[in-house]
Amino acid sequence: MIETDIIIIGAGPVGLFTVFEAGLLKLKCHLIDSLPQPGGQLTEIYPKKPIYDIPGYPTVDAGELIDNLMEQIAPFKPEFTLGESAMTIDETDDNKFIVTTNKGTKHIAPVVMIAGGLGVFEPRKPPVENLEQFEDKGVEYIIKDPAFYQDKKVVVAGGGDSALDWSIYLVKNNIASELSLVHRRNSFRGHLDSVQQVMDLAAEGKINLITEAEVTGIGGNGKLNSVTIKHKTEGEVVKEADHFVPLFGLKPSLGPIADWGLEIDKNAITVDTRDYSTNRPGIYAIGDVNQYEGKLKLILCGFHEGTIAVQSAFARIHPDKKNVLKYTTVNGVNGFE
Amino acid sequence: MAENMITVHIIDREGVQHDLEAPTDMNMNIMEVCRSYELPVEGRCGGMAMCATCQCYLESDTELAEQSDGELDMLDEAFFVEDNSRLGCQIPVTAEIDGIVLRLAPEGN
Repeated sequence: MIETDIIIIGAGPVGLFTVFEAGLLKLKCHLIDSLPQPGGQLTEIYPKKPIYDIPGYPTVDAGELIDNLMEQIAPFKPEFTLGESAMTIDETDDNKFIVTTNKGTKHIAPVVMIAGGLGVFEPRKPPVENLEQFEDKGVEYIIKDPAFYQDKKVVVAGGGDSALDWSIYLVKNNIASELSLVHRRNSFRGHLDSVQQVMDLAAEGKINLITEAEVTGIGGNGKLNSVTIKHKTEGEVVKEADHFVPLFGLKPSLGPIADWGLEIDKNAITVDTRDYSTNRPGIYAIGDVNQYEGKLKLILCGFHEGTIAVQSAFARIHPDKKNVLKYTTVNGVNGFE
Repeated sequence: MAENMITVHIIDREGVQHDLEAPTDMNMNIMEVCRSYELPVEGRCGGMAMCATCQCYLESDTELAEQSDGELDMLDEAFFVEDNSRLGCQIPVTAEIDGIVLRLAPEGN
C-alpha cells in the first residue's frame, strides 16, 4: 500500500501545482492519473498550443507549462501512479482514505484532492450498433500486444497517427494475415511519412485501404466475425474479420468520480469555496472538476483553489499544529530529503 | 434590433428551433452562443477545434469563411459527419452570418 499525506487524483496543471503548495506545508503528495504521463489535457490534447493567461508568462506552450511545473515541484519529490484510473475511495475507521485504481494499486492518506479535470480519458467509440457487446470479443480500442493479432483478419478504422502507425506495424511485421484500413476521407491527417508508407503498402496490395467509407455494423455469434463497411458512393459491403480496432483517440468522461458519494451538479463536484472541500470531509475538489457560484474553468483559478485547499488539508492532518503563511521569498523552498 | 446584435437559428436534437440573439462585438463563436443560452452543446475542448462536441450542420446558404486545417482535421476524426458539417466553435459571430440556420449534430463525439 502506498502511503502519503495527500492523494491527488489527476496530474494536470492544478494537481501538479498543488504538490508545491502542499510541500511548503511539509505535506507529501502522491498523484494518480489515467494517462501515461503527467500534464492531463495539456500534454495529451494540446501540448503545442499557447496559453496567454498564466500570470507572469505573456505566452507559454501548454507542454512547456507542464515541464516547468514538474521542475517547480521536483524538490517536494512527488510520486506518481500513471496509466491507472482511480476507481474507488474507501474510508478507514481512523478517517483515512484508501484509493484503489483499476489495476488494483492501493494508496492510503488522510486527505484526497480530486483534480480530475474533465475526468478519465477513455477511447472514443464510433457510433456502431452492438459495439460494446463485442468489446474484448474482437473489438479493441487499444492495441496492447501486437502478437494478439498474429494471422488474424484485422479491420482498423481511423485517420490519425495511431490508425496509420498500427496498420503499418501489423503489416510490416507480418502479423495480421489481412489488414483493412477504413477511413472516412480520402486524405489522412497523420504524419506525412506514415501516410506515404500506408499508400505504398496499399499499392503493393498489403494494406486493403478503404477510404470515403465508415464501419457501420459488426456481426458475429459471441465473437466478432464480420464488419459492415459503408462506402460513400458504392454502398455497403460485409467483410470477414476477426478483429475490429477503432482508433479515434481519447475523450474524457467523469467516469468513476460520479460514484464516490460526492455532490455532483452539471458533471462537476460541488465544493465549499472557503476551502474547496466536498460534502465528504477530507475530500477536496480543485480545478475544472469542481463547481461553485462564479466558477471559472481557468488554470490560474485552479492554482488558487489548490493553494487554499492544502491549508485546510493541513488543519485536518495536523489539528494540533499551528500554521502561519510563509513567503517563499523569505524562506526559500526547502525540499524534502 | 439593438446595434451589434444578430439572430442565429439553432435547431436542437429534438428538432426544436431556437432563435437566439447574439452580439457581434464580444468575440463570440456559435458554440459559446449555444452554451450561453444553455442549449445542450458541450464544447469540451473550450473552442480549440480539438473535440467535435459542438459539431453542427449548416442548413442555410450563409457564406462562411473557409474551414481551417484544424477544423478539417478534427472533422476527419469526428462521428456523424456530413458534407455540411461545421464546428460551432469555429464560426465567429459576425454581421455576415445574421440569420444563419444550424442543426446540432447527435451526441457521442
